[in-house]
Parts: sequence; C-alpha cells; structure tokens
Amino acid sequence: MESAKYVSQKISKTRWRPVSYSSLQQPDIFAIGSWDNEENKVSVWSIGNLGSSGLEDGFEGDPQLICEHEHYGDVLDLQFLDQERIVTVSSTGAVTIFRHDQNSQTLSICKQWARAHRYPCDNAPSTGVACNSPEIVTVGEDGRIIVFRVDQEAVVRVIENADSSTLHAVTYLRTTEVLTVNSIGQLKLWDLRQQSNSPSQILSLSRDRVPLYCVDRHPNQQHIVATGGQDGMLCVWDVRQGNMPFSLMEAHSAEMWEVHFHPTNPDHLFTCSEDGSLLHWETSSPSEMPSFLQGGRNSSMTSRSAMAPAGGIQSIISAWLYGDSSKSRLETTHMLPSQTLSVNSLDMLGQCLVCGTDGEAIFVNRQVPV
Amino acid sequence: MEEVDVEPTVTNIPGIRHGKHMGFAWGPGDMLVYETHFKPSGLTPSGPGGSFIHKVRKDEDINSPILRKLFNESHHIFVGLQTIKDDLPSKSKRPQFVSISRNYRSVIRACMEELQQVAVSTRDTEMGTQYGNQVSILLAIELIWNLCEVLFIDAAPAGSLLLHLLDWVRLHKADVDEKAKDVLQSDSPAEHHNYWDVVVSYVLQGRLEEARQMLVKQATLQPASRNMYKLMDGLLSKMPFYNPGGSQTLTEFDVKWRNWHEEVDRYLKDNTFASNRHLELICKILVGDEDTLLEQKELLGTWYHFLVTRLLYSHPTVKPTDLHYYAQSCLTMFLDSRSVQEPLDSILLAAFEFDIYLVIKDCSIVLNNWWFVAHLTDLLDHCKLLQSHNLNFGSNMREFLLLEYASGLFTHHSLWQCAVDYFDHCPELGRACLELQIERVPLDTERKALKVLRICEERQMSEQVRSICKIMAMRALRNNRLGSALSWSIRAKDAAFATLISERFLQDYCAKGTFSDLDLIDNLGPAMLLSDRLTFLGKYREFHKLYGEKRFKEAAKLLLSLMTAKIAPRSFWMTLLTDALPLLEQKEVIFSADQTYELMYCLEELTSSIDTAAAGGERPMQEEDVEQTKVELLRLSLARNLAMAIVKEGTVETIFKT
Repeated sequence: MESAKYVSQKISKTRWRPVSYSSLQQPDIFAIGSWDNEENKVSVWSIGNLGSSGLEDGFEGDPQLICEHEHYGDVLDLQFLDQERIVTVSSTGAVTIFRHDQNSQTLSICKQWARAHRYPCDNAPSTGVACNSPEIVTVGEDGRIIVFRVDQEAVVRVIENADSSTLHAVTYLRTTEVLTVNSIGQLKLWDLRQQSNSPSQILSLSRDRVPLYCVDRHPNQQHIVATGGQDGMLCVWDVRQGNMPFSLMEAHSAEMWEVHFHPTNPDHLFTCSEDGSLLHWETSSPSEMPSFLQGGRNSSMTSRSAMAPAGGIQSIISAWLYGDSSKSRLETTHMLPSQTLSVNSLDMLGQCLVCGTDGEAIFVNRQVPV
Repeated sequence: MEEVDVEPTVTNIPGIRHGKHMGFAWGPGDMLVYETHFKPSGLTPSGPGGSFIHKVRKDEDINSPILRKLFNESHHIFVGLQTIKDDLPSKSKRPQFVSISRNYRSVIRACMEELQQVAVSTRDTEMGTQYGNQVSILLAIELIWNLCEVLFIDAAPAGSLLLHLLDWVRLHKADVDEKAKDVLQSDSPAEHHNYWDVVVSYVLQGRLEEARQMLVKQATLQPASRNMYKLMDGLLSKMPFYNPGGSQTLTEFDVKWRNWHEEVDRYLKDNTFASNRHLELICKILVGDEDTLLEQKELLGTWYHFLVTRLLYSHPTVKPTDLHYYAQSCLTMFLDSRSVQEPLDSILLAAFEFDIYLVIKDCSIVLNNWWFVAHLTDLLDHCKLLQSHNLNFGSNMREFLLLEYASGLFTHHSLWQCAVDYFDHCPELGRACLELQIERVPLDTERKALKVLRICEERQMSEQVRSICKIMAMRALRNNRLGSALSWSIRAKDAAFATLISERFLQDYCAKGTFSDLDLIDNLGPAMLLSDRLTFLGKYREFHKLYGEKRFKEAAKLLLSLMTAKIAPRSFWMTLLTDALPLLEQKEVIFSADQTYELMYCLEELTSSIDTAAAGGERPMQEEDVEQTKVELLRLSLARNLAMAIVKEGTVETIFKT
C-alpha cells in the first residue's frame, strides 16, 4: 500500500471512474465525497498515467486534486453514473448529479432533486444510491425507495414505507430488481415492474436483528450477494435458496461499512470497517487449488455456519457459498498498515484499490494481486 | 492567587459597543461573549443589549485546513507511541522514542513546506501573511522539538552531543545551501559576490568537505597562492571529528584534536595566511577566536549557531551538564545591549539548561496551540523524564496538556474523532472528559450516531449509549418513524421507551385496525422480552397472524393467555375480548368450557373495575351505551359458547364411556 495522502476532510466515499473493459485500461481518476465537515465537498482526483516513468513498485506520485465542488450536507453515498457524471446522495435528503467536464476539468451540478428523502416536517438523510443508467435508485432513513431517471425532472416512482427501519444500502440485482438492506438485519428484494409496494422476497439474518450496512452483488452470478453489518461479519447469501445466509465469516471487530466483489475477478472480495482495517478476501474452488498450497497460511477466521447447498445437484456453485468449509480455501490479507480510525469506503477496479478514512487519509494501491 | 507570568493580551471584540458590560461563558475551546443589560446604579435602563452572541477562540490553528493534516497524522503517531510497552528495558526503547520524535518532526516539516508553498502562491496578501506566520511558528516549533530530541530524548553524551548539535544547526540554517546553489550555477563561481560567504558559512557549520571543494575553485584561479591554499586544505582535511561508533575513546579524540588545534594556532601566530584575509579569517575561525566569530554575526544569524560553532572549535567534547554555561555566555555575547531577548531565545536557553518544565511552560504561554506542548510532553513522559511532577490542579502535567489539546479538538466540527484516542490515554480524567463531551456531539445522521455509539460501547459507557439511543429514538418518534424508534430503544435496552413506543403502535392499531411496520414487529425475536408492553405487542400480532392463517384453536389459546398471564394491559382487555367475539361465533367450538369460564372471569373483572370507575360518572352517556352493548353481546356469546362447549365436551366423554 502506498503511503497515506492527507486531504483535510473526513472521507465518506471513494469511487473509481469507470473504464471501458475492452481497452484493458487501469483506472486513473477517482472521486471522493466528504462527511462531517463544516463544508462538505465532492472532489475528483488523478493518480497520473501509468506506464512512462517510475514503474518500480508501482510507486508514483501522490494523488492530485483535479477539481472539487461544494456539497450541501454529508455525502452519504456516491456512484459514477457514467464516465463523466457522478450521483451523490446527501444527509439533507438531496440527490444530486454532478458533471465532471474533462476538457475544462471542472465539476458542476447538472441536476438536483432537493429533499427527495424527507419526513413530513424535516429532512431525512438519504443513505444509498445505485445506478443503472439512465435509472437511479436511492434509499434513505425515511424508509423510502425512490426511482429517478436521469432524463426526467419528475420522480419516476416512490415506494413509501418500504421499510419501517432505516434502509442503509441498495444495489441492482437485475435491471428490474433491486436489493435493499436495513437496520434490522433484513434483505428485501424489490421487483420494480410490480406496482405493489411490498417486497417480492425478504431474507433475514436469523433472529439476531444485526443491522446490515452494505451489500454487493456477485458480478457474474446474480443470485449471490454479500453483505456486512454492525457485527463486522461477512455474510454471503444465495437469494434463490431459503432466506438465511449461506455462510457467515468473522471479518472485522466493528461495523463493516462496505463490501465489494472484484468487478472482473469475483474470486476476490474486499471489505472495510470502522475498526480501521481493510481486508482482501480470496477464495478458490477446490478443483483449481493444487494440494501443496492447501497448508495453512494466514486464514484466521472461523466459520459459524457453513451450510452445504441443499440437494447437491447444483450445476455451478460459487466458491463463496462454501464459506470456510474444508471444500474450499479462503484467505484474507490486511491491506492497510495498522491504524485506528474507520475506513469508510473502498473501491476496486482492475488492479487498483482506493480507500478513504475518518483519519482524513486516502490510500491508493496500484498493484493489488488479483 | 498565583502571579501571572506574562501580561495577558487584550482582545477587542468587534460589535460590542463601547462602555457596555459583557457577560461570558467558558467552553472547552471557545468562549461566548455577549452584551448585557447591566447598568451602573442611578441610570435608567435604556434599550435591550446587543442581539449578538460572539464566539471568541484562542486556538485559530485548529481551523487551518493544512494544519488539519498535522493533527491527523500526528494522531496516528501518538497512538503508535502509546502502544510501546512499559515493561521493555529502557535501553531498547530509546531508539524507538527517537524515531517517533523524528516522525513527529517530519510531519511538522511536511506541513511547513505545504504552508510555504501556499503562502507563496496565494494572491491574497492578508492570507499570505497569515500563512507566513504559521510557517514561522512551525519553524520555531520544529527547532525547539529538535533540540529537545537531542538533549532529552536521545540524551547524547559528550562527543556525540556536539555532532547532534551540528546537525541541528545545519538543518535550521539551510539558507547556505540556497546561496551555494546560486554560486555554483553562476559562470565563474569563484568570482561570485557570495563566494566567500558560502565558504565561511560552510566552515562555521563544520561542513569542511564542502568548504574544501569550494576552495579548490579559488585555488585554481590564483596559482600564486597555491601553497597557501594547499596548507589550508590540509588543515581542513585533518580536523578530527569524533566518531561515536568507532573504537576511539573520547580521551584519544581529545588529544588528537588538541594537536590539530595547536597546529592551527601555530600557523596563525606565524602569520602564514596574513597575505590573504579570507584564509586568515578561516584560520581564526578554526582556532576558535571568539571576536572573529562574533564578527560573523550576519552569517551566523543566531546566538545558538554561534554557540555551536564556538563549541566546535573550542570545546568539541563538551558535556551536557556544561552546556548551559556556554549557552548563557553565548547569548549574552551575541545579543548586544540593544536587542531584546525573544521568547524563543529563553525557551532554547531553558532547554540548554535542561529545565524541561520551563521549556514546556514557556511554550504553552507563547504558542497559540496546544498541539506542540501536548505531544512533546507526552513523548518526554514516555521517556520517563517527567516523573513526580504534579500540578496543583488537575492531574499530572502530561495529562493536563493532553486534555487541553483533546478538548480543543473536540470542539472542532470534524476532528472530534481524533480526540477520543487522546482521552483514552489520560488515565485519570480522560474518561470523565470523554463522557461529558461525547454526549454533546451533534448527531445529524444515523451513520454518525452509529460511530459515536461504537465509541461509547467500546468503552462500556452505558449511560451515554442510552442517551444517544434515546436521542435517536426521540427523533424517529417525532418524525413518526415508529419502527426506527423501536429499533433504537431495543439497542439501548431502554424498557421504558420501548413501552412508550409499543403503546403508540397499539394506539395506531386501535385507530386504524391494521398494524404498521409489520416487517419489524414480526421479527422482534428475543428483543420482544425487553418490556412487557413490547412482549404484548409481539404476541398480539402473533395472534392476528394465527387468526389470519385460520389456526383458530392456537389463536384462542394465545388470546386467553395474554389476559390470564397478565401480559395485556387492563386497558386493552376490552379490545381482546372483542377480538374473541368472532372466535366465539364460529360454528365449531373453539374455546373449551374451562377457557370460556376464564374468559367470563376476565370480563367480570373488567366490568367491575369499569363500574367502579364509572361511579365517578364522568363518561359521556353515548360511549357508555356502546360499552354496555358490547358487554351484553359478549356475555351472550360467552354463554352460548359455554353451552355448546359443555354439550360438546359432555358428548365426547359420553362416547368414550359407552
């Protein structure tokens, strides 16, 4: 990991600007959002172009600020809609689309839905956003799910009272289906084609009611979902089967704020937490694993319930669904030097990792072994 | 009353009208000031006081975005320092402390460089001056810290002490390098107007190798004086430096140095260099001639540079205990009667006198932030240099300063999170301070509340956990988010509040006839046991579920048990009994005879209590009528059901008997 870059703002979100997969390019631009500052900001940073000089250790200059724009309220979630547009949701309940003009290197607001999330007489923080251009879905502390379209002023759809507790995160499962996690340990599946205001499926973490704070979908196998929550455990779910998690793995000693499958190499997964750590998880299916590598290296977690898939006639079962059972190997590596303040966000693209902390530091690693 | 060390400075508050009286309130970092109505007696009160409250802040640095990096990065180092085990032998810890001290200094340097860049590039002159001031403060801080590192933390013995002091001076008198660069980049360096300044500066700093390289350039220009230059080159190259890692003892070094010194002295007496005033000057410096050194004030710049140069050429084996003597005399010699002794001078002098407390005290008075004294004191305390010094207020000095610093951080909108670790490492009052402050962090979002809660839960601050959850629960309740409110009170294990919210759920049910937030109520699990009312809510919902699934027998049993086990509040019994009506009216017998008796008993108990209540006669007629009809209806149904049940039970028994 390269050394910390201190940016004088507490970072809530870090995201790489997407690159086109065909070009095999490594990402070089990322956006960060800040929280808990008197004046919050969205800013775009560059790590310079790879290739030319200083290739040794993948170590190059610090990330450089390209442009920034003030943001009203904490940035509670941030996603790239496409190469030049960024969507943020705010603690004021606003949903904003920023445009990063790459010619003039400026950042400007191109659309805003103020108070999209709200209580009858107060603002309600919006907590999560998922994009599937041109569609945007947001969730909030007000328990609503709101669907927007980039090209429409009006809100496309609101699911009132989608949840009686706070919705903390949302992700697309398919183009018409989204998945939300809430503060009583439930995953809810919503089919946006249906007009009903109730979820098509509810999955829950047994009876422990452990709040869930993050969710990510397996990039290839859309039924596999990873979540993390207050107890720092990593849960992997198969939404087709049952409504209990398939495997539960001890990961962090405090809230897990984000979980991400590697977008192109989903045997790798990354999690970060309030406990100040960032973990790289690597799983491998038994068949691919030479026996001589199966000695214990640094796997420190235990599995609480690694249930075998029912029936045993599944065609392809992702290695993630085995948990840490003897059938597969799961290795974890700490990606950050010891540090104390929360790692709030991470993003992984190609071989590049970026993360941001409450200690106001950004870390970039350009050579993650995936 | 203790006497004041320095006269306090007067701060004028713009906006307070002249001659008005002011009121104030202290905060941990700020002070609030306002105009009052106070009138000296005899005058009639006229008009209200000002409508403004002014916030006065001593520590401005905390709001500088660049210094924030200093606070965050040093926080990391601070936490690392606290994890060094106390039980290690002090010898093995010293290098660790020195490296931590260097880390702190490198953070200061990084900040300083950034500030310098900004100061140069900013167009706003006022901001430029402000940045410039901050740079000079950081420079002073780093200078003091470095000296403290040499003298206290590294505690270099005679011999290496001077080497460290030389490094210290070289680091803080870097303008020589700038000048040297100019000279070397010019077309003919030896004729540059700064050429001799650079050579002499090198000699003054003991950078003899570099001085020789410069001299070579001059020598080639003056073939006539070649021998003289050669001689000087020999003197410079021969000057012995102590090598702490080598096998040479200090006494051996001293003998060697004395021989060299005598040789230089001989050349001087022989007037060997008399024909070249520059070389003669260098020779006089090498011999340690005080008057010559003092003539170089311009190049030396400061008295402590003078001190180190003087030690280098007169007393290279100076002992730490003798430093203060030389320091004092150099200060007096260097500053003529006109110039005043600056605070920085007295702080450095105090350090040379090994008076750690005076250093810290003076720094606390002079500097506008607590960062420096808090971190330095903490490090010195870890080096066991501050034992048994108790203040007559608060706890010990380390803790006092750390608390001041941390309290300042806590007032900052964002940096409060860093402060937590500082409080953690103040064993006496840290926890109490944290408890008081953490409750007052404004909670705008759940995310922030969760972070604050984590801090409290990790430290078993159950009072604060309750209070934070309550704040969040109240907010949710105010926004009519009953589910959220209930979740928060379950997290706080706040039975009273859970009861209150359950009550609201039940009221809502009575009003609307349906439950809201089913996803929550259906998934209460063991949390249901938090309060009786919550248990009732969960169970009552379970009854509705059973009823909906047409599992009438189970539903009936549950409904009855809610009353007989006294889980249901008395006020809700009528609703429960009404819920029993459709069950009683089913074709099939659902309540057994025994159960029906129990239901009747419940009804009687309820009506008797209603009657006594009604004796007060305050109920409106109509409502009472409705109640009365309900009771009549119930009695009828119960009686019919009893009859059917007895018949049915009797029949079954008879069949079995025959």
